[in-house]
Amino acid sequence: MAKKLGLKERYALLTRGLDWETTYQPMDAVFPYDSYEGIKIKDWDGWADPFRLTMDAYWKYQSEKERKLYAILDAFQQNNGQLNISDARYLSAVKLWLQGITPLEYAAHRGFAHAGRAFRGAGARIACQMQSIDELRHAQTQLHAFSHYNKFFNGFHGFAHMRDRAWYLSIPKSFFEDAMTAGPFEFVTSISFAFEYVLTNLLFMPFVSGAAYNGDMATTTFGFSAQSDESRHMTLGLEVVKFMLQQHEDNVPIVQGWLDKWFWRGYRLLGLVGTMMDYMLPKKVMSWAEAWGIYWEENGTALFHDLGRYGIRLPKHHEVAAKEKQRLTHEMWTVLYQYGNALSLHTWVPDDEEIAWLSEKYGATFDTLYKPRLLFLRAAEQRGERYYNNRLPMVCQVCQIPIFYTEPDDPLTQCVRIVEAAATRHHCCSDGCADIFNHEPMKYVQALIPPQQIYRGEAGGARDIFEYAAWLHLERDVDTGEYRGSPDQKNWDAWQEAHKTKPANAA
Amino acid sequence: MSIDLKTTHIEPLRRTFDHIADKLGGDKPATRYQEAVWGLQPTLNFHYRPTWDQSHTLYDPRRTAIVMKDFDDLVDPRQYYYGTWTIQRGRQQDSQEKNFEFVEKRGLLTALDAQWRDRITRFVLPMRHVAWAANTNNSYICAYGHGAPVASAAGMHMMDELGVAQYLSRAGLMLGDNEPALLDAAKAAWMSDVMWQPMRRLVENSMVTRDWFELFVAQNLVIDGLVHPLVFERFDARLIQHGGAVFSMLSEFMVDWYAESSRWVDAVIKTAAAESPANRALLEGWTTHWLAEAGAALTPLADYAFDGEGATLLAELSAALRARVARLGLTITG
Amino acid sequence: MADKVFISLQNNAEAQPIITAILADNPAAVLNESPGMVKIDCPSRLVIRRESVEAALGRDFDLQELHINLISLGGNIDEDDDEFVLYWRT
Repeated sequence: MAKKLGLKERYALLTRGLDWETTYQPMDAVFPYDSYEGIKIKDWDGWADPFRLTMDAYWKYQSEKERKLYAILDAFQQNNGQLNISDARYLSAVKLWLQGITPLEYAAHRGFAHAGRAFRGAGARIACQMQSIDELRHAQTQLHAFSHYNKFFNGFHGFAHMRDRAWYLSIPKSFFEDAMTAGPFEFVTSISFAFEYVLTNLLFMPFVSGAAYNGDMATTTFGFSAQSDESRHMTLGLEVVKFMLQQHEDNVPIVQGWLDKWFWRGYRLLGLVGTMMDYMLPKKVMSWAEAWGIYWEENGTALFHDLGRYGIRLPKHHEVAAKEKQRLTHEMWTVLYQYGNALSLHTWVPDDEEIAWLSEKYGATFDTLYKPRLLFLRAAEQRGERYYNNRLPMVCQVCQIPIFYTEPDDPLTQCVRIVEAAATRHHCCSDGCADIFNHEPMKYVQALIPPQQIYRGEAGGARDIFEYAAWLHLERDVDTGEYRGSPDQKNWDAWQEAHKTKPANAA
Repeated sequence: MSIDLKTTHIEPLRRTFDHIADKLGGDKPATRYQEAVWGLQPTLNFHYRPTWDQSHTLYDPRRTAIVMKDFDDLVDPRQYYYGTWTIQRGRQQDSQEKNFEFVEKRGLLTALDAQWRDRITRFVLPMRHVAWAANTNNSYICAYGHGAPVASAAGMHMMDELGVAQYLSRAGLMLGDNEPALLDAAKAAWMSDVMWQPMRRLVENSMVTRDWFELFVAQNLVIDGLVHPLVFERFDARLIQHGGAVFSMLSEFMVDWYAESSRWVDAVIKTAAAESPANRALLEGWTTHWLAEAGAALTPLADYAFDGEGATLLAELSAALRARVARLGLTITG
Repeated sequence: MADKVFISLQNNAEAQPIITAILADNPAAVLNESPGMVKIDCPSRLVIRRESVEAALGRDFDLQELHINLISLGGNIDEDDDEFVLYWRT
């Protein structure tokens, strides 16, 4: 009788040893991309997938997850599940997800195929390849979930055109392209570790839980299901980081530099997610500041303490994030609100109940700094002068967010940092972004800055924000602008009315 | 919660996304496959040059000499998106798992005589390294291929090839009572057995091929197009004649998968060839080159497995492959 | 105070026996419920035992089945056929 193989042994036998040291072609020709970053690897077998996933188990469990997911999506579509959400305003968050996050899933699919080709160790390659195909899953299940909303609401239909052109979508686009154009070790560190492990819990846990609370069965289902893949990805990230740190002490400063960079890059991107939580969810579960406290200050820092044994410290500027956590989303919402004429989603001033919730969560900071501004905007709207800033903002050369955040220690002063490279001056939104620029200036001078492109006539020759929005294929006040009075709101109200007056169902 | 569909009929505002409607020539209902692949790859405004290859942009169409008006035309006739793909593979895995259990429970491998066990070890098991290279090559096509349809299908193919490599590894473990000795022997053969060296050289050459479409031809059309019929059809038939029918149970996945995935490979080649005479000439040149190389590299292996009949067998399999590509619009001589 | 590891699962009928087993095997674990999900935090180390899940579930359980209802986790992982362990080394 053959002995039974344990999980670890079985994985090792099915995975390790598939690869070999090439001799007809030099290893460096077969794997040209895994050494130029300066990471020193003595023994690739030192890396192991803690989940020990082989293809047979992968297919078994992923097919089960996918069967469940599509059964729910089918039911959602057949039963007009879109009518069960809390309010059509909620969909601004979903629109932003489709336009800004789904394309990142696709980019991750391609980026991990690149990393899955680049590493010369079998275990690391397979883990990256599994992540690559999982990310394809996420892009596609999101499209299939959102496809139904697209049929009934505006703002979804042109995402593919917008994705490559819109000013606010260059924030996520440049983020991911920054990672994809880095070497494979930095790519995995940036995405699997800094982004997925440290930060995406904020998106997939409190936000998706918020989607559940707001009756969005489609997003809840793919969101939680996707995050179960993410937990494998996060683990890949942690293992890769530990692996690099264990292999050679020279790797430590390189990895620390990447953690510093990608913490800040990811944190800046997540300002959008925080704003989805605080402002776009009609029924709120948890504030950005609370989520930051749990998922970064508790869980994220625990991770860094664990890595302390290798000489890794908390990422640079983490204390700035702590100072900003009471302010970040309010400042971001004001930007989205005022540039609403060039967004494929609606914005609005929160109602009294929401303002009371923000007061409760953010206390004096909100009451003194941001509530008066919201009330001012509301008064203007009520006078028939809904405020739009119809000019183009100056945006950060690194994170591409309009430069409107305030000084870490002074919420009344705009924070701007000027950096210089190749005899040209550029603007950054923060010390974090300025550091990133100064570390690799020749990378960031390449960045395509949407307002500058518009001024150069590279946006279809648009001369103002309305021509620019038209070039993005946005229909004014249908896809864009104020929620109140929009076709989305009118349709929603009519459907709710019809729904209420007819016997809906007995259950 | 559900809603009475009769009383709450809601007219949709549109049937699909703009870019899908453009491709379909109007706002028509789209399939899940179409919505899952078309237009998914970004097209412009790439912010930074790859630090690993300054001579190209991200998603650079110049990574192949093949030119398409729209790479989104390279669709998969199986219409695989992740969900349909993984559910299909989950089913196959269930059935393959039952086969493994059956063979193990009944001790069917013990019936295999030593001569054929040796041939499996020396000839079939090292193919796990060929499949691993196929995985690596499809990772390349997935990373650098152009357009989501071909890149996503290559991503699934990449995982499928890993599945093949791992099923072969499991067969090797079963054959060796769950000890790694046979896998080690197979790897030693792969690395230094004289009869394997031309094949290993060929495989290593494929792994430095930079044009992703040429690699697609080399790996998915030619190498797999000879290796799978050779091992899982011809050699399998020979084993059956010699009391080795049990092997068919261990390789059922490979047989079904090869037949199924060939439909995708053929469709990609056919569409690209039909696009222009220049594409066709490239595909014919690549197929001719790799077919000659692969036929020669596999001959000593087939000589071993088929008692000196290697040249005849490879001539037959090459002719079959030429007939296959003739149906796709390619003329291959030689 | 020791850093906490966590595991988060979908709040559904299938995951319930797993949650029960985790809480029984880890006296220091704290259950936090949110819409659609639960998050279980535990100082330093949390273990999921196959046998305990099997007892709660009434059938055989492969620890890799965790993936089906898993949402997220925090901590280093050590998994074998009998135990799935989350831990910090601090």
